[in-house]
Amino acid sequence: MPFAERRWGLRHDGSGLLTHWRAYLLLLPVTGIIGLLFGGGLVMAFLQSIGAIGLLGSGQISLTAYQTALANPEFLRSLTLSVYIAIVATGLSTVFSIGLAILLRTAGRWASFACQVTLPIPHLVGIVGVLLLLSPSGLISRWLYALGGIQSDQDFPLLVNDAANIGVLLHFLWKEIPFMTLILLAVLRGINPAYEMQARALGASPWQCFWHVTLPMMKSGIFSSSLIVFGYIFASFEVPFLLGSTRPRTLPVLIYRAFTDSDLTRRPEAIALGIILSALSMLIVVAYSWLVSRNYQSMSRV
Amino acid sequence: MLRNTLIVLVIVVLFLPLLPLLVWSFSQGWFFPQFIPEQWTFQHWIQVFSPASRVMEGLVQSLAIALTTTILSLLVGLPAGRAIGLMEFPGKAALKLFLLTPIIVSPLATLMGMQFVLIRLGLNGTLFAVVLVHLMPTIPYMTLVLASVFANFDMGYEIQARSLGASPLQVLSQVTLPLIAPGVVVGALFAFLISWNEFLLTFFVSAGRVFTLPMVLFTLLQGGNNGLTAAVAITSVVPGLLFLLLASSALQNETTLAGLGNV
Repeated sequence: MPFAERRWGLRHDGSGLLTHWRAYLLLLPVTGIIGLLFGGGLVMAFLQSIGAIGLLGSGQISLTAYQTALANPEFLRSLTLSVYIAIVATGLSTVFSIGLAILLRTAGRWASFACQVTLPIPHLVGIVGVLLLLSPSGLISRWLYALGGIQSDQDFPLLVNDAANIGVLLHFLWKEIPFMTLILLAVLRGINPAYEMQARALGASPWQCFWHVTLPMMKSGIFSSSLIVFGYIFASFEVPFLLGSTRPRTLPVLIYRAFTDSDLTRRPEAIALGIILSALSMLIVVAYSWLVSRNYQSMSRV
Repeated sequence: MLRNTLIVLVIVVLFLPLLPLLVWSFSQGWFFPQFIPEQWTFQHWIQVFSPASRVMEGLVQSLAIALTTTILSLLVGLPAGRAIGLMEFPGKAALKLFLLTPIIVSPLATLMGMQFVLIRLGLNGTLFAVVLVHLMPTIPYMTLVLASVFANFDMGYEIQARSLGASPLQVLSQVTLPLIAPGVVVGALFAFLISWNEFLLTFFVSAGRVFTLPMVLFTLLQGGNNGLTAAVAITSVVPGLLFLLLASSALQNETTLAGLGNV
Protein backbone atom coordinates (compact mmCIF):
# COMPACT_ATOMS: atom_id res chain seq x y z
CA MET A 1 0.00 0.00 0.00
CA PRO A 2 2.25 2.81 -1.16
CA PHE A 3 -0.60 5.29 -0.62
CA ALA A 4 -0.82 4.46 3.07
CA GLU A 5 2.93 4.53 3.47
CA ARG A 6 3.19 7.97 1.95
CA ARG A 7 0.14 9.32 3.73
CA TRP A 8 1.02 8.12 7.23
CA GLY A 9 4.78 8.23 7.04
CA LEU A 10 4.99 4.52 7.60
CA ARG A 11 8.14 3.74 5.75
CA HIS A 12 11.31 4.76 7.50
CA ASP A 13 13.23 6.15 4.59
CA GLY A 14 15.34 8.53 6.66
CA SER A 15 14.70 11.46 4.37
CA GLY A 16 14.60 13.93 7.26
CA LEU A 17 12.11 15.95 9.20
CA LEU A 18 9.77 16.72 6.33
CA THR A 19 8.54 13.15 5.90
CA HIS A 20 7.99 12.83 9.62
CA TRP A 21 6.22 16.12 10.24
CA ARG A 22 2.96 14.28 10.89
CA ALA A 23 4.46 12.21 13.71
CA TYR A 24 6.05 15.26 15.31
CA LEU A 25 2.80 17.18 15.01
CA LEU A 26 0.89 14.39 16.76
CA LEU A 27 3.50 14.38 19.53
CA LEU A 28 3.59 18.14 19.97
CA PRO A 29 0.83 18.47 22.63
CA VAL A 30 2.36 15.81 24.86
CA THR A 31 5.97 16.95 24.55
CA GLY A 32 4.88 20.58 24.85
CA ILE A 33 2.96 20.03 28.09
CA ILE A 34 5.61 17.81 29.69
CA GLY A 35 8.41 20.10 28.53
CA LEU A 36 6.68 23.25 29.74
CA LEU A 37 5.51 21.87 33.09
CA PHE A 38 8.27 19.49 34.07
CA GLY A 39 11.17 21.13 32.24
CA GLY A 40 9.94 24.65 32.95
CA GLY A 41 9.46 23.88 36.62
CA LEU A 42 12.95 22.43 36.83
CA VAL A 43 14.48 25.52 35.19
CA MET A 44 12.61 27.87 37.55
CA ALA A 45 13.78 25.78 40.50
CA PHE A 46 17.36 25.91 39.29
CA LEU A 47 17.21 29.69 38.84
CA GLN A 48 15.95 29.98 42.41
CA SER A 49 18.66 27.68 43.72
CA ILE A 50 21.43 29.85 42.29
CA GLY A 51 19.77 33.01 43.57
CA ALA A 52 18.88 34.47 40.16
CA ILE A 53 15.22 34.78 41.15
CA GLY A 54 13.18 34.14 44.26
CA LEU A 55 12.26 35.37 47.69
CA LEU A 56 15.77 36.10 48.83
CA GLY A 57 17.33 36.30 45.41
CA SER A 58 19.31 39.45 45.09
CA GLY A 59 19.89 38.77 41.43
CA GLN A 60 23.41 37.71 42.25
CA ILE A 61 24.37 34.27 41.03
CA SER A 62 25.93 32.08 43.68
CA LEU A 63 26.33 28.43 44.48
CA THR A 64 26.03 28.96 48.24
CA ALA A 65 22.82 26.92 48.42
CA TYR A 66 24.57 23.91 46.92
CA GLN A 67 27.52 24.31 49.29
CA THR A 68 25.15 24.46 52.27
CA ALA A 69 23.17 21.48 51.00
CA LEU A 70 26.20 19.29 50.42
CA ALA A 71 27.85 20.37 53.68
CA ASN A 72 24.78 19.27 55.63
CA PRO A 73 25.93 16.06 57.36
CA GLU A 74 22.43 14.65 56.98
CA PHE A 75 22.62 14.77 53.19
CA LEU A 76 24.85 11.71 52.75
CA ARG A 77 22.98 9.68 55.36
CA SER A 78 19.65 10.55 53.72
CA LEU A 79 20.97 9.66 50.28
CA THR A 80 22.28 6.32 51.56
CA LEU A 81 18.93 5.57 53.19
CA SER A 82 16.98 6.49 50.03
CA VAL A 83 19.20 4.31 47.85
CA TYR A 84 19.00 1.44 50.37
CA ILE A 85 15.19 1.53 50.49
CA ALA A 86 14.83 1.85 46.71
CA ILE A 87 17.28 -0.99 45.93
CA VAL A 88 15.95 -3.43 48.54
CA ALA A 89 12.27 -2.74 47.81
CA THR A 90 12.73 -2.85 44.02
CA GLY A 91 14.90 -5.97 44.16
CA LEU A 92 12.50 -7.91 46.38
CA SER A 93 9.45 -6.69 44.42
CA THR A 94 11.06 -7.82 41.17
CA VAL A 95 11.86 -11.31 42.44
CA PHE A 96 8.42 -11.82 43.99
CA SER A 97 6.64 -10.38 40.94
CA ILE A 98 8.46 -12.73 38.55
CA GLY A 99 7.41 -15.65 40.74
CA LEU A 100 3.84 -14.45 41.09
CA ALA A 101 3.50 -13.75 37.36
CA ILE A 102 4.72 -17.28 36.56
CA LEU A 103 2.23 -18.69 39.10
CA LEU A 104 -0.65 -16.65 37.69
CA ARG A 105 0.20 -17.33 34.06
CA THR A 106 -1.41 -20.75 34.09
CA ALA A 107 -3.90 -20.09 36.90
CA GLY A 108 -7.49 -19.06 36.24
CA ARG A 109 -8.55 -15.48 35.53
CA TRP A 110 -10.03 -15.29 39.04
CA ALA A 111 -6.52 -15.43 40.49
CA SER A 112 -5.02 -12.62 38.40
CA PHE A 113 -8.11 -10.52 39.04
CA ALA A 114 -7.87 -11.08 42.82
CA CYS A 115 -4.23 -9.94 42.70
CA GLN A 116 -5.30 -6.78 40.87
CA VAL A 117 -7.98 -5.75 43.35
CA THR A 118 -5.50 -4.03 45.68
CA LEU A 119 -3.98 -2.12 42.75
CA PRO A 120 -6.24 0.96 42.98
CA ILE A 121 -5.76 1.36 46.74
CA PRO A 122 -4.07 4.74 47.40
CA HIS A 123 -0.65 4.76 49.08
CA LEU A 124 -2.04 6.72 52.02
CA VAL A 125 -4.68 4.04 52.62
CA GLY A 126 -1.95 1.39 52.53
CA ILE A 127 -0.01 3.44 55.06
CA VAL A 128 -3.01 3.53 57.43
CA GLY A 129 -3.43 -0.22 56.94
CA VAL A 130 0.24 -0.97 57.65
CA LEU A 131 0.19 1.26 60.76
CA LEU A 132 -2.93 -0.40 62.19
CA LEU A 133 -1.59 -3.83 61.30
CA LEU A 134 2.08 -3.71 62.31
CA SER A 135 2.41 -1.07 65.03
CA PRO A 136 3.06 -2.31 68.60
CA SER A 137 -0.66 -2.00 69.36
CA GLY A 138 -1.67 -3.18 65.90
CA LEU A 139 -3.74 -6.15 64.83
CA ILE A 140 -0.88 -8.66 64.56
CA SER A 141 0.42 -7.65 67.97
CA ARG A 142 -3.08 -8.28 69.40
CA TRP A 143 -3.23 -11.68 67.72
CA LEU A 144 0.15 -12.62 69.20
CA TYR A 145 -1.02 -11.44 72.64
CA ALA A 146 -4.20 -13.54 72.38
CA LEU A 147 -2.10 -16.55 71.41
CA GLY A 148 0.22 -15.94 74.35
CA GLY A 149 3.23 -15.11 72.18
CA ILE A 150 3.81 -11.74 73.83
CA GLN A 151 2.98 -10.41 77.30
CA SER A 152 2.59 -6.72 76.40
CA ASP A 153 2.87 -4.40 73.41
CA GLN A 154 6.45 -3.72 74.56
CA ASP A 155 7.40 -7.26 73.46
CA PHE A 156 6.27 -6.69 69.88
CA PRO A 157 9.17 -5.82 67.54
CA LEU A 158 9.17 -2.26 66.25
CA LEU A 159 8.13 -2.52 62.58
CA VAL A 160 6.94 1.02 61.87
CA ASN A 161 9.07 4.16 62.22
CA ASP A 162 11.91 1.71 62.92
CA ALA A 163 15.60 2.21 62.19
CA ALA A 164 15.68 -0.51 59.49
CA ASN A 165 12.57 0.92 57.78
CA ILE A 166 10.87 -2.49 57.75
CA GLY A 167 7.43 -0.86 57.61
CA VAL A 168 8.43 1.22 54.58
CA LEU A 169 9.83 -1.81 52.77
CA LEU A 170 6.77 -3.96 53.56
CA HIS A 171 4.45 -1.21 52.36
CA PHE A 172 6.31 -0.87 49.05
CA LEU A 173 6.34 -4.65 48.55
CA TRP A 174 2.61 -4.76 49.22
CA LYS A 175 1.97 -1.93 46.77
CA GLU A 176 4.48 -2.60 43.99
CA ILE A 177 4.29 -6.40 43.65
CA PRO A 178 0.74 -6.33 42.21
CA PHE A 179 1.76 -3.49 39.86
CA MET A 180 4.87 -5.26 38.55
CA THR A 181 3.02 -8.57 38.35
CA LEU A 182 0.35 -6.93 36.19
CA ILE A 183 2.99 -5.76 33.68
CA LEU A 184 5.01 -8.99 33.77
CA LEU A 185 1.88 -11.08 33.34
CA ALA A 186 1.01 -9.08 30.21
CA VAL A 187 4.56 -9.66 28.95
CA LEU A 188 4.30 -13.40 29.70
CA ARG A 189 0.96 -13.72 27.94
CA GLY A 190 2.49 -12.09 24.86
CA ILE A 191 5.25 -14.73 24.71
CA ASN A 192 4.77 -17.55 22.25
CA PRO A 193 4.65 -20.76 24.39
CA ALA A 194 6.13 -22.75 21.50
CA TYR A 195 9.70 -21.84 22.59
CA GLU A 196 9.18 -23.28 26.05
CA MET A 197 7.44 -26.38 24.74
CA GLN A 198 10.30 -26.91 22.33
CA ALA A 199 12.88 -26.57 25.13
CA ARG A 200 10.94 -29.04 27.29
CA ALA A 201 10.56 -31.44 24.39
CA LEU A 202 14.31 -31.31 23.83
CA GLY A 203 14.86 -32.41 27.42
CA ALA A 204 15.27 -29.17 29.41
CA SER A 205 14.21 -29.42 33.07
CA PRO A 206 11.46 -26.98 34.22
CA TRP A 207 14.17 -24.90 35.92
CA GLN A 208 16.43 -24.87 32.83
CA CYS A 209 13.43 -23.94 30.70
CA PHE A 210 12.59 -21.04 33.03
CA TRP A 211 16.20 -19.82 33.36
CA HIS A 212 17.27 -20.15 29.72
CA VAL A 213 14.03 -19.58 27.81
CA THR A 214 11.28 -17.82 29.78
CA LEU A 215 13.39 -15.38 31.81
CA PRO A 216 15.39 -14.01 28.83
CA MET A 217 12.12 -13.32 27.03
CA MET A 218 10.82 -11.42 30.08
CA LYS A 219 14.01 -9.37 30.39
CA SER A 220 12.86 -6.13 28.82
CA GLY A 221 9.62 -6.29 30.82
CA ILE A 222 11.59 -6.85 34.03
CA PHE A 223 13.94 -3.95 33.24
CA SER A 224 11.15 -1.54 32.34
CA SER A 225 8.89 -2.29 35.27
CA SER A 226 11.73 -2.27 37.80
CA LEU A 227 12.94 1.09 36.45
CA ILE A 228 9.46 2.59 36.96
CA VAL A 229 9.21 1.09 40.45
CA PHE A 230 12.76 2.17 41.43
CA GLY A 231 12.14 5.73 40.29
CA TYR A 232 8.83 5.84 42.14
CA ILE A 233 10.24 4.52 45.42
CA PHE A 234 13.37 6.69 45.25
CA ALA A 235 11.18 9.79 44.90
CA SER A 236 8.41 8.71 47.27
CA PHE A 237 7.56 11.08 50.09
CA GLU A 238 4.44 10.00 52.04
CA VAL A 239 5.57 6.46 52.77
CA PRO A 240 8.95 7.19 54.43
CA PHE A 241 7.49 10.34 56.01
CA LEU A 242 4.73 8.42 57.80
CA LEU A 243 6.17 4.91 58.16
CA GLY A 244 9.94 5.46 58.08
CA SER A 245 12.65 6.10 60.62
CA THR A 246 12.76 9.57 62.15
CA ARG A 247 16.56 9.81 61.81
CA PRO A 248 18.00 9.53 59.25
CA ARG A 249 15.23 10.60 56.90
CA THR A 250 15.04 9.84 53.19
CA LEU A 251 16.12 12.54 50.75
CA PRO A 252 12.55 13.55 49.74
CA VAL A 253 11.56 13.85 53.42
CA LEU A 254 14.69 15.91 54.17
CA ILE A 255 13.86 18.23 51.25
CA TYR A 256 10.21 18.57 52.31
CA ARG A 257 11.27 19.47 55.85
CA ALA A 258 13.78 22.06 54.65
CA PHE A 259 11.29 23.58 52.21
CA THR A 260 8.45 23.84 54.75
CA ASP A 261 10.81 25.09 57.49
CA SER A 262 9.56 28.27 59.14
CA ASP A 263 13.06 29.62 58.57
CA LEU A 264 12.73 30.91 55.01
CA THR A 265 16.49 31.16 54.54
CA ARG A 266 16.52 27.37 54.29
CA ARG A 267 14.47 27.52 51.05
CA PRO A 268 17.41 27.84 48.62
CA GLU A 269 19.07 24.89 50.33
CA ALA A 270 15.86 22.84 49.97
CA ILE A 271 15.61 23.74 46.29
CA ALA A 272 19.29 22.90 45.74
CA LEU A 273 18.70 19.51 47.39
CA GLY A 274 15.68 19.01 45.13
CA ILE A 275 17.80 19.75 42.05
CA ILE A 276 20.43 17.28 43.27
CA LEU A 277 17.70 14.64 43.77
CA SER A 278 16.36 15.28 40.25
CA ALA A 279 19.85 15.05 38.79
CA LEU A 280 20.43 11.75 40.59
CA SER A 281 17.18 10.26 39.30
CA MET A 282 17.95 11.46 35.77
CA LEU A 283 21.30 9.73 36.06
CA ILE A 284 19.37 6.53 36.82
CA VAL A 285 17.26 6.95 33.67
CA VAL A 286 20.35 7.58 31.54
CA ALA A 287 22.18 4.60 33.04
CA TYR A 288 19.12 2.49 32.39
CA SER A 289 18.78 3.52 28.77
CA TRP A 290 22.49 2.87 28.26
CA LEU A 291 22.07 -0.58 29.75
CA VAL A 292 19.03 -1.31 27.61
CA SER A 293 20.50 -0.03 24.36
CA ARG A 294 23.61 -2.10 25.01
CA ASN A 295 21.61 -5.26 25.61
CA TYR A 296 18.52 -5.26 23.49
CA GLN A 297 18.58 -2.61 20.85
CA SER A 298 17.49 -5.23 18.34
CA MET A 299 14.63 -6.40 20.53
CA SER A 300 12.84 -3.12 21.20
CA ARG A 301 9.69 -2.95 19.16
CA VAL A 302 7.14 -0.40 20.32
CA MET B 1 -2.51 -28.04 44.90
CA LEU B 2 0.63 -26.13 45.75
CA ARG B 3 0.17 -23.43 43.15
CA ASN B 4 -3.36 -22.51 44.20
CA THR B 5 -2.38 -22.59 47.88
CA LEU B 6 0.45 -20.13 47.17
CA ILE B 7 -1.85 -17.85 45.19
CA VAL B 8 -4.49 -17.86 47.93
CA LEU B 9 -1.76 -17.08 50.48
CA VAL B 10 -0.60 -14.09 48.40
CA ILE B 11 -4.18 -12.83 48.08
CA VAL B 12 -4.73 -13.14 51.85
CA VAL B 13 -1.54 -11.12 52.54
CA LEU B 14 -2.55 -8.50 49.96
CA PHE B 15 -5.90 -8.00 51.69
CA LEU B 16 -4.52 -8.17 55.25
CA PRO B 17 -3.90 -4.40 55.68
CA LEU B 18 -7.57 -3.77 54.91
CA LEU B 19 -8.77 -5.91 57.82
CA PRO B 20 -7.80 -3.51 60.66
CA LEU B 21 -9.28 -0.64 58.60
CA LEU B 22 -12.68 -2.32 58.50
CA VAL B 23 -12.69 -3.17 62.21
CA TRP B 24 -11.40 0.25 63.31
CA SER B 25 -14.00 2.12 61.25
CA PHE B 26 -16.78 0.57 63.37
CA SER B 27 -15.04 0.47 66.72
CA GLN B 28 -15.19 2.73 69.72
CA GLY B 29 -12.01 2.91 71.79
CA TRP B 30 -10.39 -0.34 70.70
CA PHE B 31 -7.58 -0.55 73.26
CA PHE B 32 -4.65 -2.95 73.32
CA PRO B 33 -4.77 -5.89 73.96
CA GLN B 34 -8.47 -6.30 73.10
CA PHE B 35 -8.82 -8.89 70.36
CA ILE B 36 -12.00 -7.31 69.04
CA PRO B 37 -13.48 -3.95 70.09
CA GLU B 38 -15.70 -4.00 73.17
CA GLN B 39 -18.03 -1.41 71.69
CA TRP B 40 -19.15 -0.95 68.12
CA THR B 41 -20.28 2.33 66.63
CA PHE B 42 -21.41 4.02 63.41
CA GLN B 43 -20.08 7.33 64.72
CA HIS B 44 -17.04 7.43 62.38
CA TRP B 45 -19.18 6.78 59.33
CA ILE B 46 -21.66 9.46 60.39
CA GLN B 47 -18.69 11.81 60.69
CA VAL B 48 -17.49 10.88 57.20
CA PHE B 49 -20.80 12.09 55.78
CA SER B 50 -21.06 15.22 57.94
CA PRO B 51 -19.89 18.49 56.36
CA ALA B 52 -17.72 19.32 59.37
CA SER B 53 -15.19 16.60 58.56
CA ARG B 54 -14.87 17.92 54.96
CA VAL B 55 -14.53 14.33 53.72
CA MET B 56 -17.33 14.58 51.17
CA GLU B 57 -15.99 17.95 50.01
CA GLY B 58 -12.61 16.30 49.48
CA LEU B 59 -14.22 13.39 47.65
CA VAL B 60 -16.02 15.71 45.23
CA GLN B 61 -12.90 17.81 44.60
CA SER B 62 -10.77 14.70 44.08
CA LEU B 63 -13.32 13.28 41.65
CA ALA B 64 -13.51 16.54 39.67
CA ILE B 65 -9.71 16.79 39.49
CA ALA B 66 -9.18 13.13 38.59
CA LEU B 67 -11.85 13.13 35.87
CA THR B 68 -10.60 16.40 34.32
CA THR B 69 -7.00 15.16 34.40
CA THR B 70 -8.02 11.86 32.81
CA ILE B 71 -9.94 13.49 29.96
CA LEU B 72 -7.15 15.99 29.22
CA SER B 73 -4.52 13.23 29.27
CA LEU B 74 -6.65 11.19 26.89
CA LEU B 75 -7.03 14.11 24.47
CA VAL B 76 -3.27 14.66 24.14
CA GLY B 77 -2.36 11.01 24.68
CA LEU B 78 -4.37 9.71 21.71
CA PRO B 79 -2.39 11.49 18.97
CA ALA B 80 0.92 10.88 20.75
CA GLY B 81 0.12 7.19 21.29
CA ARG B 82 -0.72 6.89 17.61
CA ALA B 83 2.57 8.46 16.55
CA ILE B 84 4.66 6.25 18.85
CA GLY B 85 2.71 3.08 18.16
CA LEU B 86 2.30 3.35 14.41
CA MET B 87 5.04 5.55 13.05
CA GLU B 88 8.78 5.41 12.74
CA PHE B 89 10.68 8.67 13.07
CA PRO B 90 14.14 9.85 14.11
CA GLY B 91 14.47 10.43 17.86
CA LYS B 92 11.72 8.00 18.85
CA ALA B 93 13.78 6.26 21.54
CA ALA B 94 14.88 9.58 23.03
CA LEU B 95 11.29 10.80 22.99
CA LYS B 96 10.07 7.75 24.88
CA LEU B 97 12.78 8.34 27.47
CA PHE B 98 11.74 12.00 27.73
CA LEU B 99 8.15 10.91 28.34
CA LEU B 100 9.34 8.63 31.14
CA THR B 101 11.10 11.39 33.10
CA PRO B 102 8.01 12.71 34.94
CA ILE B 103 7.23 9.23 36.28
CA ILE B 104 10.80 8.32 37.21
CA VAL B 105 12.46 11.59 38.21
CA SER B 106 11.47 13.07 41.58
CA PRO B 107 9.01 15.93 41.07
CA LEU B 108 10.14 17.87 44.17
CA ALA B 109 12.43 20.40 42.48
CA THR B 110 9.98 20.84 39.60
CA LEU B 111 7.17 21.50 42.07
CA MET B 112 9.19 24.19 43.84
CA GLY B 113 9.78 25.89 40.50
CA MET B 114 6.15 25.59 39.46
CA GLN B 115 4.92 26.89 42.79
CA PHE B 116 7.08 29.99 42.28
CA VAL B 117 5.50 30.65 38.87
CA LEU B 118 1.93 29.77 39.90
CA ILE B 119 2.06 32.17 42.87
CA ARG B 120 3.15 35.02 40.59
CA LEU B 121 0.41 34.15 38.09
CA GLY B 122 -2.14 34.12 40.92
CA LEU B 123 -3.00 30.53 40.09
CA ASN B 124 -1.65 28.89 43.25
CA GLY B 125 -4.42 27.15 45.16
CA THR B 126 -6.77 26.81 42.18
CA LEU B 127 -8.22 23.60 40.79
CA PHE B 128 -6.60 24.53 37.48
CA ALA B 129 -3.12 24.44 39.05
CA VAL B 130 -3.80 21.06 40.65
CA VAL B 131 -4.99 19.57 37.35
CA LEU B 132 -1.92 21.03 35.64
CA VAL B 133 0.55 19.32 37.99
CA HIS B 134 -1.41 16.06 37.92
CA LEU B 135 -0.94 15.96 34.13
CA MET B 136 2.81 15.41 34.61
CA PRO B 137 2.54 11.77 35.75
CA THR B 138 -0.76 10.91 34.01
CA ILE B 139 0.20 11.87 30.44
CA PRO B 140 3.20 9.49 30.26
CA TYR B 141 1.17 6.50 31.47
CA MET B 142 -1.70 7.31 29.12
CA THR B 143 0.65 7.74 26.14
CA LEU B 144 2.57 4.53 26.81
CA VAL B 145 -0.60 2.45 27.17
CA LEU B 146 -2.14 3.92 24.00
CA ALA B 147 1.13 3.51 22.07
CA SER B 148 1.13 -0.15 23.07
CA VAL B 149 -2.40 -0.65 21.72
CA PHE B 150 -1.70 1.31 18.53
CA ALA B 151 1.36 -0.88 17.91
CA ASN B 152 -1.05 -3.79 17.40
CA PHE B 153 -3.51 -1.72 15.39
CA ASP B 154 -4.05 -2.48 11.71
CA MET B 155 -4.43 0.75 9.75
CA GLY B 156 -5.96 -1.24 6.91
CA TYR B 157 -9.35 -0.90 8.63
CA GLU B 158 -9.17 2.89 8.51
CA ILE B 159 -8.07 2.95 4.90
CA GLN B 160 -10.86 0.53 4.01
CA ALA B 161 -13.47 2.67 5.75
CA ARG B 162 -12.17 5.82 4.05
CA SER B 163 -12.22 4.21 0.64
CA LEU B 164 -15.82 3.13 1.27
CA GLY B 165 -16.74 6.76 1.77
CA ALA B 166 -16.60 7.30 5.55
CA SER B 167 -15.60 10.78 6.69
CA PRO B 168 -12.47 11.13 8.89
CA LEU B 169 -14.74 11.74 11.88
CA GLN B 170 -16.77 8.62 11.13
CA VAL B 171 -13.58 6.60 10.81
CA LEU B 172 -12.43 7.87 14.22
CA SER B 173 -15.71 7.21 16.03
CA GLN B 174 -16.75 4.00 14.29
CA VAL B 175 -13.47 2.28 13.42
CA THR B 176 -10.45 3.59 15.32
CA LEU B 177 -11.93 4.25 18.78
CA PRO B 178 -13.80 0.91 19.05
CA LEU B 179 -10.60 -0.93 18.06
CA ILE B 180 -8.41 0.82 20.62
CA ALA B 181 -11.11 0.91 23.32
CA PRO B 182 -9.25 -1.44 25.72
CA GLY B 183 -6.24 0.90 25.64
CA VAL B 184 -8.42 3.94 26.25
CA VAL B 185 -10.03 2.21 29.24
CA VAL B 186 -6.73 1.06 30.77
CA GLY B 187 -5.00 4.40 30.09
CA ALA B 188 -7.93 6.21 31.68
CA LEU B 189 -7.85 3.83 34.67
CA PHE B 190 -4.15 4.56 35.24
CA ALA B 191 -4.59 8.32 34.82
CA PHE B 192 -7.59 8.36 37.16
CA LEU B 193 -5.84 6.28 39.83
CA ILE B 194 -2.65 8.36 39.72
CA SER B 195 -4.54 11.62 40.07
CA TRP B 196 -6.83 10.15 42.72
CA ASN B 197 -3.84 8.94 44.80
CA GLU B 198 -1.68 12.00 44.43
CA PHE B 199 -0.65 13.79 47.59
CA LEU B 200 2.70 15.51 47.10
CA LEU B 201 1.87 17.29 43.81
CA THR B 202 -1.43 18.55 45.22
CA PHE B 203 0.20 19.66 48.46
CA PHE B 204 2.69 21.95 46.67
CA VAL B 205 0.19 23.88 44.56
CA SER B 206 -2.97 23.73 46.68
CA ALA B 207 -1.92 26.45 49.13
CA GLY B 208 -4.26 24.78 51.62
CA ARG B 209 -7.27 25.85 49.53
CA VAL B 210 -7.81 22.77 47.37
CA PHE B 211 -8.67 19.97 49.74
CA THR B 212 -8.50 16.58 48.02
CA LEU B 213 -9.21 13.28 49.74
CA PRO B 214 -5.49 12.38 50.11
CA MET B 215 -4.99 15.78 51.79
CA VAL B 216 -7.82 14.97 54.24
CA LEU B 217 -6.29 11.56 54.92
CA PHE B 218 -2.77 12.96 55.37
CA THR B 219 -4.06 15.48 57.91
CA LEU B 220 -6.04 12.80 59.77
CA LEU B 221 -3.02 10.47 59.82
CA GLN B 222 -1.11 13.00 61.86
CA GLY B 223 -3.93 13.24 64.37
CA GLY B 224 -4.83 10.28 66.56
CA ASN B 225 -8.39 9.38 65.58
CA ASN B 226 -7.87 5.84 64.25
CA GLY B 227 -11.59 5.17 63.76
CA LEU B 228 -12.25 8.20 61.55
CA THR B 229 -8.94 7.74 59.69
CA ALA B 230 -9.91 4.14 58.88
CA ALA B 231 -13.38 5.16 57.70
CA VAL B 232 -11.94 7.88 55.42
CA ALA B 233 -9.33 5.43 54.13
CA ILE B 234 -12.06 2.96 53.17
CA THR B 235 -14.07 5.75 51.55
CA SER B 236 -11.12 6.69 49.36
CA VAL B 237 -10.75 3.12 48.09
CA VAL B 238 -14.28 2.96 46.66
CA PRO B 239 -14.07 5.06 43.44
CA GLY B 240 -10.82 3.44 42.27
CA LEU B 241 -12.23 0.00 42.99
CA LEU B 242 -15.38 0.74 40.98
CA PHE B 243 -13.26 1.97 38.05
CA LEU B 244 -11.11 -1.18 38.28
CA LEU B 245 -14.21 -3.40 38.13
CA LEU B 246 -15.41 -1.53 35.05
CA ALA B 247 -11.97 -1.87 33.44
CA SER B 248 -11.26 -5.45 34.47
CA SER B 249 -11.92 -7.00 31.06
CA ALA B 250 -9.70 -4.42 29.35
CA LEU B 251 -6.93 -5.15 31.90
CA GLN B 252 -6.97 -8.81 30.85
CA ASN B 253 -6.05 -7.68 27.32
CA GLU B 254 -2.27 -8.01 27.37
CA THR B 255 -1.67 -5.54 24.52
CA THR B 256 -2.80 -2.68 26.77
CA LEU B 257 -0.02 -3.27 29.29
CA ALA B 258 2.77 -4.68 27.15
CA GLY B 259 3.93 -1.11 26.45
CA LEU B 260 4.77 -0.55 30.12
CA GLY B 261 6.97 -3.62 29.90
CA ASN B 262 8.90 -2.21 27.01
CA VAL B 263 9.76 1.40 27.74
